[in-house]
Amino acid sequence: MTVTEERTGAEVGRDRHRKEDARLITGRTMWTENLSLPGMVHLAILRSPMAHARITNLDVSPALRLPGVVEAFSGRDVADMQGSLPCVWPVTEDIVMPDYPPLAVDEVRHTGEPVAVVAARDRASAQDALEAIEIDYEPLPVVLDMEAALADDAPLVHGEKGTNRCYTWVLDSAAAGTGDDVAQAEADAEVVVRRRFIQQRLIPSFMEPRSVVVDPTGDQITVWSATQVPHILRILLSMSTGVAEHKIRVIAPDVGGGFGGKLQVTPEEFIAFAAARRFGRPVKYTESRSETMLSGHHGRDQIQDITVTARRDGTVTGISAKLLANMGAYLGIITPGTPLLGAFMYGGIYKFPAYRLECTGVFTNTTKTDAYRGAGRPEATFALERIMDELAAELDMEPMELRRRNWITHDEFPFTTSAGLTYDSGNYEAATDKAMEMFGYDDLRREQAERRASGDRIQLGIGISTYTEMCGIAPSRVLGQLRYAAGGWEAASVRMLPTGKVEVVTGTSPHGQSHETAWSQIVADQLGVDFADIEVLHGDTRTSHKGLDTYGSRSLAVGGIALVNACQKVVDKAKPIAAHLLECDPADLEFVEGQYRVKGSPGAGKTLADCALAVFTSHDLPDGVEPSLDGDATFDPENFSYPHGTHLCATEVDTETGRVTIRSYVAVDDVGKVVNPTIVEGQVHGGVAQGIAQALYEEAIYDDDGNLMTGTFVDYTLPSSADLPDFTTDRTETPATGHPLGTKGVGEAGTIASTPAVVNAVVDALRHLGVNDVRMPCTPERVWQAIRNAQGNAQEGGDRP
Amino acid sequence: MIPVAFDYSRPAGVDEAVQTLTDAGEDAKVLAGGQSLIPMLRLRFAAPSMLVDLGSIGEMHGVREDGDDLVIGAMTTHDEVLKNPLIRAHAPLIAQATATVADRQVRHLGTFGGSLAHADPAGDMPSVATALDATFEIAGPSGRRSVAASEFFVDYLTSALEPDEVLVSVRVPKLAGWGTHYEKFNRVAQAWALVGVAAAVRRNNGTIEEARVALTNMASKPVRAHGVEEALAGAPATAESLAAACDHAAEGTEPTSDASASADYRTHLATVLTRRALESAAGI
Amino acid sequence: MTTISMTVDGVRYDDDVEPRTLLVHHLRDRLGKVGTVVGCDTSNCGACTVLMDGKSVKSCTVFAVQADGTDITTVEGLAARDGEMHPVQQAFHETHALQCGYCTPGMIMSAVDLLAENPDPSDAEIREGLEGNLCRCTGYQNIIKAVREAGQAMQTATAASPEPATSDAGNGVPGQQPAATAPGGPAHTTAVGEVRT
Repeated sequence: MTVTEERTGAEVGRDRHRKEDARLITGRTMWTENLSLPGMVHLAILRSPMAHARITNLDVSPALRLPGVVEAFSGRDVADMQGSLPCVWPVTEDIVMPDYPPLAVDEVRHTGEPVAVVAARDRASAQDALEAIEIDYEPLPVVLDMEAALADDAPLVHGEKGTNRCYTWVLDSAAAGTGDDVAQAEADAEVVVRRRFIQQRLIPSFMEPRSVVVDPTGDQITVWSATQVPHILRILLSMSTGVAEHKIRVIAPDVGGGFGGKLQVTPEEFIAFAAARRFGRPVKYTESRSETMLSGHHGRDQIQDITVTARRDGTVTGISAKLLANMGAYLGIITPGTPLLGAFMYGGIYKFPAYRLECTGVFTNTTKTDAYRGAGRPEATFALERIMDELAAELDMEPMELRRRNWITHDEFPFTTSAGLTYDSGNYEAATDKAMEMFGYDDLRREQAERRASGDRIQLGIGISTYTEMCGIAPSRVLGQLRYAAGGWEAASVRMLPTGKVEVVTGTSPHGQSHETAWSQIVADQLGVDFADIEVLHGDTRTSHKGLDTYGSRSLAVGGIALVNACQKVVDKAKPIAAHLLECDPADLEFVEGQYRVKGSPGAGKTLADCALAVFTSHDLPDGVEPSLDGDATFDPENFSYPHGTHLCATEVDTETGRVTIRSYVAVDDVGKVVNPTIVEGQVHGGVAQGIAQALYEEAIYDDDGNLMTGTFVDYTLPSSADLPDFTTDRTETPATGHPLGTKGVGEAGTIASTPAVVNAVVDALRHLGVNDVRMPCTPERVWQAIRNAQGNAQEGGDRP
Repeated sequence: MIPVAFDYSRPAGVDEAVQTLTDAGEDAKVLAGGQSLIPMLRLRFAAPSMLVDLGSIGEMHGVREDGDDLVIGAMTTHDEVLKNPLIRAHAPLIAQATATVADRQVRHLGTFGGSLAHADPAGDMPSVATALDATFEIAGPSGRRSVAASEFFVDYLTSALEPDEVLVSVRVPKLAGWGTHYEKFNRVAQAWALVGVAAAVRRNNGTIEEARVALTNMASKPVRAHGVEEALAGAPATAESLAAACDHAAEGTEPTSDASASADYRTHLATVLTRRALESAAGI
Repeated sequence: MTTISMTVDGVRYDDDVEPRTLLVHHLRDRLGKVGTVVGCDTSNCGACTVLMDGKSVKSCTVFAVQADGTDITTVEGLAARDGEMHPVQQAFHETHALQCGYCTPGMIMSAVDLLAENPDPSDAEIREGLEGNLCRCTGYQNIIKAVREAGQAMQTATAASPEPATSDAGNGVPGQQPAATAPGGPAHTTAVGEVRT
């Protein structure tokens, strides 16, 4: 019994329960791995156990002799048809772009790299057969550390390239004419603070392992994939393999999370594509969790050298960041550009006159890095918010006061930063005031002082993160300037069905973001139809032929606007039809609450459903009116959007064991207007949890030979419900100014904001003991070690140079 | 991932199980609850030719009293142990430590005996059994034998069980008038202990008459902290004397350094956690 | 091959299986019970959780042969036969306790198991009780809320029902009331997509 209630007002802004849930809570979800096709074979992939080696011998024929095995091949067998995996973001003109064969041909460059494939009638036989493949490796020297990789005599990941330096990219406000010179600012500075921060390598850890099914038996080759980017996958499969784009159909069915980890075109997708074409029968490949962790792309992994210059009164005069960004062994779809998504954000919400960022991408014998929730912006925000605390300590200033002194005030928008971005709107004061009140900031500071004074074993720390981010990716023009190979627009179509129901086609590709619900709310308001009467279609290039998919907090901020525009076209298109039905002049009509009515006359009007039926029959349309009620729109934003907020974290640190416990966490975010507050809150919860996970729990670690030591969930410690606190969340609302919805995007905000709040709180708890940094993740051991080192330093006193 | 193929047998009794293991040779392995073994098989870290599933052997299930002892069937699940009134009354240390093992689902299938026979030094049950001076009752081709906890744990993932032997039950003395506590320290709730401490203390008013302390994950097998126990025998039941005794906590340990923690840190934790465990056990 | 027999979501199945077949693969590949999913290979994530004879287990860490003779309930067998959602399913929907939904089948089954043992858990007990299920989307907060609200709804329904809470109707799922006893009752509403009032 589905309740259809009368429309009682605006859908946008309302806590709608999700449409998506019905299938997800009953197990009727369509995951790629659920798919089974006649004649389908299961693929298993042999992966390199070596971080760097030459393949001296590879023979798959013993595997072919095993029961159940249908086919087997190596990289050499498909060298001419497997294509090279594409990187679409050559960030500089002189970037080093190595070949990236999906199956290694002669050399392997990281552990887990695919070297051969077996196809069998069932997955167990395929896996058994891997053990029969004969392969010999000649080990080559391994380089894992970025600084070591840049040394003159370093072993080379790609010998033919002659260097491990992928690129160096520079943004300098003096050179760009957007601000002052950082060198001059440093020369003039009364205070200079330098810090090196390590952004540890993370593993995205979406819950659904990646899976791909390819069916080559139809007129189009159909690819089902657990991907965030079905449209991009189709284009790149075509461009890389030479199969014509219109002969490929890509479907992203239900997809179990991504967080950037499925913003990729993967070796496994290409291998499955090649296998299906080679065998002429459907194939399926589903990775195990350990394969995901070993060879799915990783995130973060930067060394950040940060310098901030200031006057004694706390006015910051400049910031300079020198980054080393670990690319891994190959360049994935946006590997080189990922750190640059943060390159404009090292000034955050502040008015820093001088700005410089230099980023060097480095090849190592590790799995490639690429987008992971926030992509570049969490790193920037972390470095900035951490060094603001360090500067406050150096100046002996309350850290929030230092921020207030430097941030852009609400009456200064729009504001163009020294990094060259124009922030359209924001109110940092309002979000901060609200957060501090909810947090009980002053009371916690008092308790902190008491605990310090009494030498309590449990010390209290307060961490601040006043962040902004750039999202709504992205204005195509800007992407072009940044040498990104595609645009940043998004598309939507709205079709009125004869019975008055509505089909909406979006080019975004949700995998947890609730687009089916939120898009329905938007359309319900725009067209005046019931929420329940709208179906949102996505993720199939046959239905949704045009789109740029879901990542970078872009779906609502860009795709949502396309949707509004498409709806507007439908409303405009129906107007002459309604006028005809009402026997009046179109100019006299207004469209209010789903009805065309004669202005000033409250009587019965015509709905879009009436018009849709009229169009369907087409018996009596006004002259010259096309018999259709569809609207297509593509929206390309003029600017990014800039959500912001203030996150406050209180940690209790056990100074004996080093254990950090989050006592309270308050997040006040300003993501502009919201479509569905519950969904927004859910995004914040999950984002904050992932940011906390980086601060306290997670790290991908390689041993000296390049073996991943954290290759399962046993070792890569994802926090569970028992490890995380309750979050207190609220919002302020400063609408985005560039488009009619006023929304800014929320997918990444929580992750971007929370990591520095937590680490600042950890350091704050221990600062009086002499601690001024703890490397992430702030494990109990690292915290204990930091205290011990500080005590050692204190005991050695002034003797140290 | 999928394990390598194996033969499967589900004997109805202990003798049949021993016979099956004897016939199958050294590559056969016992399947108890499977909660440690199955992940290892899936990752293909192990590839036994046969699994002998003890799940149908009634004799190996349940907890009974035998004079001053409790006898716990090896196939009693963690969940059953946790809820067993005899355990709660006479061996609360076991119940408390069992509650920290993995998660609910794993405790529903994982067994008390399985986690002991697995002999993982990071497991919680081995140090608890060591602290309690448990006795292991083992069936083999030549009959039954009993092995003390101090002899049962041999090395990393290695117990005194021969390949053709089965751990049938574990005998633990009832502790009347003792206070006990298990102190576990891990990175996340689900994780194995970086270090754990099982402590039992018998007090006579202001004096500690006897203490037993065993450490989890401080060597390739559980370690009894004899130095602490000796320092506490007859010591005043005060925070100061406990702290002083804990200076001996890491004696005789050989902790490893790995991706989870360094040996130094484990040593430090052993001292801190031993003190905390003893404070709780002694009610100080 | 070993012959096994098990009841899954109220239907009995007899099959020959390889001993190495994991229960989750048996459910998915042989019986078509694809609502139960695999998220890891080390028994950490809990996405594959089902009830085996009423108790939660990770079906990726049980061989199908071990489940011979048992009664299995998956997320697909949780709703009443007339489609009425189990209170835990309903609460997950109403509190936005899922995003991508991949962990949800396991999370729901663990919650059902937890509430069967502890009908009125504290938040801390829920957090601890679900430690064997990982979620990457929600930060867990709404899941905790869902379990709390489902527990309350089930208690209200029990109090309102003349029959004992542990009814053997349906598939013997803890907390599942016979559909006839509580239509439209506080714990049972089916409309997915319904507006919060």
